[in-house]
Amino acid sequence: MPQRVPVVENILNANDRLAEENRARIDSAGVFAINIMASPGAGKTSIIEQTLPRLKDKLRVAVVDGDIATSIDADRAAAAGAQAAIQVNTGGECHLDAVMLHGALDQLDLKQFDLLIVENVGNLVCPASFKLGTHKSILVASVPEGDDKPYKYPGMYRGVDALVINKVDLLPYIPFKMDYFQRGVEALNPGVITFPISCRTGEGLEAWIDWLLQNVIGKS
Amino acid sequence: MHELPITQSILDIALRHADGKRVTDIHLVMGELSQLVDDSIQFYWDIIAKDTSAKGAQLHFRRVPAEFQCMVCFEKYHPNGEEFSCPHCGSVGAKIIAGEEFFMEAIDVE
Repeated sequence: MPQRVPVVENILNANDRLAEENRARIDSAGVFAINIMASPGAGKTSIIEQTLPRLKDKLRVAVVDGDIATSIDADRAAAAGAQAAIQVNTGGECHLDAVMLHGALDQLDLKQFDLLIVENVGNLVCPASFKLGTHKSILVASVPEGDDKPYKYPGMYRGVDALVINKVDLLPYIPFKMDYFQRGVEALNPGVITFPISCRTGEGLEAWIDWLLQNVIGKS
Repeated sequence: MHELPITQSILDIALRHADGKRVTDIHLVMGELSQLVDDSIQFYWDIIAKDTSAKGAQLHFRRVPAEFQCMVCFEKYHPNGEEFSCPHCGSVGAKIIAGEEFFMEAIDVE
């Protein structure tokens, strides 16, 4: 005779618990940590490349790069001035999870840093489900992706703390309706702080850098 | 896309609660907004559970519809259409009351 055993346990419980552990480690070192997510090609690595030189002499920054293969992104981050750049190859997984970040943190002496930038795998679906233990989640949208992305990927747009809209220098050439895009964002994540930027021209980057600095100062 | 690690997690939780007994059924609750495909979970399940005491266990998915509550007029509603706005007053920015859950409710063992 089968017997019913009540469970009531979140399926991602193990990941969430490890994310809390990561957060405790990051907190105890006094570091502010962000998780940058976007589709492939939106400009995650480019923003990191533009951000690092602007934080030079102000903050000590470590970058953890998640990719399915290669160390191209970590190499770019190191070249742009990251004091440490760790590449995590997910071996086919479409997102970073708390276990992978845990392994990367083992390779860092966190006390040597003020800011930890985690660059997630390019994907607008899966990274939203896996907490890492960072303080803020950042979504990088970009003009050429199209203005319908909030409507198509609500899970991602709903859960982020800040939204960067990259490649705004292309707005004159691409039929991207900013009000339609922003209406979708507002419906899912009302009041989310938004930074329209261009990594190519440098437009808008100052506000993004100020926001990062404020958060790091608030942390220490 | 990330159904494989999720299926592994389902197996780990079920075996832990089964206490060595054979698992015959697993009851899962999945919110409408949880973005998971139960067919792929079932597909991975048949592969990863085959050498365990949960081999052949039936997976049951109970779907929970999404429910939003408007933060302006406080009406509750099921989101319709692409903008999730309140059908009563048109406001956006509702709170999600249900639809994001993904947990194991119970298992049957023998």
